[in-house]
Amino acid sequence: MADATMQYSPDTDSRGRLLTSDGTPLRRALERANRRRKLTALALVAPLLFFILTFFAFPIAQMMWRSVDNPQVVNALPRTLEVLRDWDGRDLPPEEAYAALHADMVADLQLDRRERNIGPLGIRLNYELSAARSAISRTTRNVEDFEAPYSEAFMNAHRLWGDVELWRIIKREGRPLTLSYYVAALDREYDEDGNIVKRPDNRQIYVNLFGRTLALSLAITAMTFLLGFPIAYYLSILPMRYANLLMIAVLLPFWTSLLVRTSAWIVLLQQQGVINNALVGIGLINDDGRFSLIYNQTGTIIAMTHILLPFMVLPLYSVMRTIPPSYMRAAKSLGATPSTAFRRVYFPQTLPGIGAGGVLVFIISIGYYITPALVGGQSGRMISNEIARHIQQSLNWGLAAALGSMLLVGVLVLYWLYNRLVGADSLKFG
Amino acid sequence: MSMPAYYTTKDKIWHYAFRVICFAIFFFLLAPILIMIPLSFNAQPFFTFTREMLTLNPEGYSLRWYRDFLESDSWMRSIRNSFVIGIAATIVSTTLGTLAALGLSRSEMPAKGLIMGILISPMIVPLIISAAGMFFFFSSINIAQTYLGVVLAHAALGTPFVVITVTATLVGFDQSLTRAAANLGASPTRTFFKITMPLILPGVISGALFAFITSFDEIVVVLFVAGVEQRTIPREMWSGIREDISPTILAVATILVLISIALLTVVELLRRRGERLRGLTPQ
Repeated sequence: MADATMQYSPDTDSRGRLLTSDGTPLRRALERANRRRKLTALALVAPLLFFILTFFAFPIAQMMWRSVDNPQVVNALPRTLEVLRDWDGRDLPPEEAYAALHADMVADLQLDRRERNIGPLGIRLNYELSAARSAISRTTRNVEDFEAPYSEAFMNAHRLWGDVELWRIIKREGRPLTLSYYVAALDREYDEDGNIVKRPDNRQIYVNLFGRTLALSLAITAMTFLLGFPIAYYLSILPMRYANLLMIAVLLPFWTSLLVRTSAWIVLLQQQGVINNALVGIGLINDDGRFSLIYNQTGTIIAMTHILLPFMVLPLYSVMRTIPPSYMRAAKSLGATPSTAFRRVYFPQTLPGIGAGGVLVFIISIGYYITPALVGGQSGRMISNEIARHIQQSLNWGLAAALGSMLLVGVLVLYWLYNRLVGADSLKFG
Repeated sequence: MSMPAYYTTKDKIWHYAFRVICFAIFFFLLAPILIMIPLSFNAQPFFTFTREMLTLNPEGYSLRWYRDFLESDSWMRSIRNSFVIGIAATIVSTTLGTLAALGLSRSEMPAKGLIMGILISPMIVPLIISAAGMFFFFSSINIAQTYLGVVLAHAALGTPFVVITVTATLVGFDQSLTRAAANLGASPTRTFFKITMPLILPGVISGALFAFITSFDEIVVVLFVAGVEQRTIPREMWSGIREDISPTILAVATILVLISIALLTVVELLRRRGERLRGLTPQ
């Protein structure tokens, strides 16, 4: 070896820089090699990155865009909006506005059926004022026969055209972007002066629903902690052989289909179900006193605690396994009672596991859809169910997008917190 | 765990009480799943034990719900759909996910944190939001209510699991092995198939299993993106629970529980094999 080193004289150029065997400076060759390796690494990741961006991230961004996108009025009523620009919104707009509205609607009827803007306009205005859609569609039917004075003709066609409120909405929503879906999602509305005010109490829905979703998620997280902590601790003090065996009890539910677990709880909890029948059978309750355990919040909490318990036990267990039992023994030998030793020495060391499991369960439960939809009834519904309802039934996609965006931001903030606590890499399954 | 000799009566009571509590919780975890198995053999269309069943009278038991299940066209179609969609989605997500994990675990990878965040986002975003986004997007490009749409959606949801498991396997991977292979004249492709692949295979397989299970168990996206033709087993159970609730779903559930037991066993065996191969002592 020593000889080889002695005999080795590297190639250098005129300025003494090291050269590789083909004569390029070593520094440049290294840079090139590093760049090539970086490109190789990027090329390996690129297909998946492209795939996720196209079929996952983009659709979600596009959906969130719907929560502010507001093209309907602008597209359908350009002339009317032009006239309304100088209108103060106090009294009914002047005759020119009705004339412009007439011109807009007639112009729209000339378009090809698929390109008409009046249909979407009616749907859009209906979100803000119910009956607006029927006002639009009824007017559209004979707007071509209207003659001046147009204000009279419109008011004859539908009384809403004599309502300042409708005109205010047309003016307010006559912008390509809107905040009104978020205003609605926060249970607010615009008053006559265009200020954002609280809705009357009987129309407060979403803030309460967000509150309930948070409360239910907290309750579920607390339940999983109460049930998960003892068994994680028990598993961690058992010899590995027994612990692995008992771990099956945690992993089997984890691996069992969500729908199977949910239907299991329906079987157990319903009025004529196993639990109520057993209680009646042993005479603890009579036939009329059967408990309502399902289709309410109780059902949601029980079923979701069962479904999410493994997500609490697994991180807790992996933290508890690493706590040396000698610490507890040391505390006890120094005179601590078992409960003091547990409280002051053992418990603080499990906090990372509690944090990880808790945030994980909480994140999963605030976005949960299936179980509340099947066992939640009316009182156990969560925000996801309302989002689904607006997409599939009420077809108010802007509002669904606003609610969804708020949920998504909440989850991402929580996830960021989780990442700070434990790091995403520590996520393990099974 | 034997009890230390110095335990007082109070310690002993606590010792036993704690174990009773723990076993009650284990019971809470397992009982709901296991109770469906006997109930699926109910001869009556009820979700509860009949008198005949409790007295172990053979008349109380039957296979009629299994027969219902096997003779139902919609259930059979849903099984076919679940496997076709699950396998196709798994192939897509395992291929893309393994490649990406190989890239991510290279030290030269730029912007690792950001890219990892994007790649595992399908696991974090609530399903209802993913489903809603895909519903709008897939409708706009005309692949909603097609097999292609559901497969792409499920592949996106499954990739984070592949990326995470394969990346975890690669953490313990000794890079000098690939360098040695290159030094001995193997091409990068040959190195990958002869050296890297066999070593990370347990990680790839368990990632693929997670991806498959994700698709196999997925329902929210199916509710939004799939049409009647693409109904999967969970989608069929969803209708079963909401519309005509019959013990057939218990028969299906029993079969699914058996499948999950089989999968659990496979994953556990893979985990042990992986630890052995990487020279970690099995604990």
